Amino acid sequence: MDIVITGLILGGTYALIALGLNLQYGVSRIMNLANGEMLVIGAFTAFTLFTVAQVSPLLTIFIVAPVAYVLNWLIYRIMLRPLVNRAKNRGMLEQDAILTTFGLSFVMVGIMLWAFGGDYFSYSYLSRPVVIFGDNFGLNRVVAFLCAAILCAGLYLWLNVSRAGMAIRAVAVSPEHARLVGIDVPKLSARAFALGGAVTAVGGAVISTFLTLDASTGVMFTMKALIIVIMGGVGDVRGTILAALVLGVGETMVATLIDPGLTLAAAYALFILILLFRPQGFFGRKPT
Amino acid sequence: MKRDEWKTLGWGAGLLVVAALLPLTGDGYLISLGVTIAMYTVLATSWALFSGPTHYISLATAAFFGVGTYVTGSGIEVLPYWLLLPIAAVVGGVLAALVGLATLRLSGVYFVIFTLGLAEMTRQAVTWYQNQTGHKGTYVLTDFTDNDIYWQLLGLAALVYLVGWAIGRSRLGFALRIIGDDEDVARHVGINTALSKVALFIVSGAVAAVVGAIIAPRYVYIEPSTAFTPMLSFQVVIMALLGGTGRLWGPLVGVIPFTLLWEAISSSFPNQTTLLLGLSFLAIVYLLPGGFVGLYDRLKGRAAKRSALA
Repeated sequence: MDIVITGLILGGTYALIALGLNLQYGVSRIMNLANGEMLVIGAFTAFTLFTVAQVSPLLTIFIVAPVAYVLNWLIYRIMLRPLVNRAKNRGMLEQDAILTTFGLSFVMVGIMLWAFGGDYFSYSYLSRPVVIFGDNFGLNRVVAFLCAAILCAGLYLWLNVSRAGMAIRAVAVSPEHARLVGIDVPKLSARAFALGGAVTAVGGAVISTFLTLDASTGVMFTMKALIIVIMGGVGDVRGTILAALVLGVGETMVATLIDPGLTLAAAYALFILILLFRPQGFFGRKPT
Repeated sequence: MKRDEWKTLGWGAGLLVVAALLPLTGDGYLISLGVTIAMYTVLATSWALFSGPTHYISLATAAFFGVGTYVTGSGIEVLPYWLLLPIAAVVGGVLAALVGLATLRLSGVYFVIFTLGLAEMTRQAVTWYQNQTGHKGTYVLTDFTDNDIYWQLLGLAALVYLVGWAIGRSRLGFALRIIGDDEDVARHVGINTALSKVALFIVSGAVAAVVGAIIAPRYVYIEPSTAFTPMLSFQVVIMALLGGTGRLWGPLVGVIPFTLLWEAISSSFPNQTTLLLGLSFLAIVYLLPGGFVGLYDRLKGRAAKRSALA
């Protein structure tokens, strides 16, 4: 029971990060490998504001989100749009995007190392125990989970109910046809990319309340987010959330029962199973 | 063989002989630099054999390389060294086959992600195994000098070039070029796309593992964090793309300047290597698509056009 709850709580925050990536990949068709760095930037901001001015990380979210939105929008417009225009087919765009976002991720890590050094950073926020089903859990983890759950639910509703959300889903399904019904695909792609980045950065601020991070941990989160997106199915919110919870529980299980050093190996084992048996994701349909 | 091919072969053999003479200078720094360049040349060329025609970006080099160093590390006490190299090749090849079979049926993104984590996952597994059995690192004690390692790597480089040349002429090479252009077309003309990709990936994985096995004596003491450095995969990708994957000699043109630049930066600004990696990736995408080979072809094309007009 202990493992399941810890896993679900961890998975909840993973869901938020993976949703950000899924928006970027599902809608803008950019496999953003600098996603984890955006998370670390969010976490750094929360850490700095908390240690310098005692600003609660839950308030920092409201600063992190718009800043990350603008930053990601600029990245898309300046760096990625030319690649989209240059690419002759989807495969070429994929290769260019992978190289560019890798480059971007290394540049961000390099700048952060230069500015803040390579130390681990963590702070103590709401580190009181709470009791759930007779076991103790850190209050910060529970609060982070609730926060992630609210944001995920909000995003899900917005995508499914609002007009803008419907347009975004239309682009995710088919950019060529979305154009025919009067959707401005390039504009929406940029917005979805920016929104995805903002969601991930917020996830970073939330996760920094209970995890210890350093400038170069981003790539681990990118990898986990990618595995989640593929498990859940590209462009599928429900699938992403389910996959994130599965990964959270699986990882916690391996970490507590076998060895904490094997969390990535556990994520990989799940990934291989998915690739072999359901490469289209949990809810995905087989491509015809 | 045509006359042109004999000429290329002659040039290659000549360059190889010149390169093999380097240890005669007796300059320790130069020889150590030579080992590094030879190592990356083999890695980048074998990487390009697979990734050049297929456009799949493999980040698994570090995993294969690390597995190779561990073959030497764990076998050097029990088996003769010369037996370890083929064993490393087989182990690397098998690992590549497993990875390839799981991922190469799917789109390129899945493959990149999978290979990205492969080195880290093998590292975690090896660390875990070592913790279980209680020993931390492994000593590789041989009487090999840098010169021996250098000559072995040169020999391997020659072999890789020959294999690459043979593949380029074979049905397999032709099939891969078609896959790279358009996978649907390839499938429609009856090419087993997954099998062709896996076959070439095995070649590149086996070579990387052998390089690891050859380099291991240079490290003397092997531990998971030195054997499986994820940086290695990225450096290889950058060097190969910087040179250009369109020609067999392309990666070599990228390896030499990048190794020199890397050495210079890491000795004077050791904390900025990550930034350098990032900027190189961006430079390749925006300034040098196709690498030096692409640039050379464009300039040649322009010159040809100009002389045609004149």
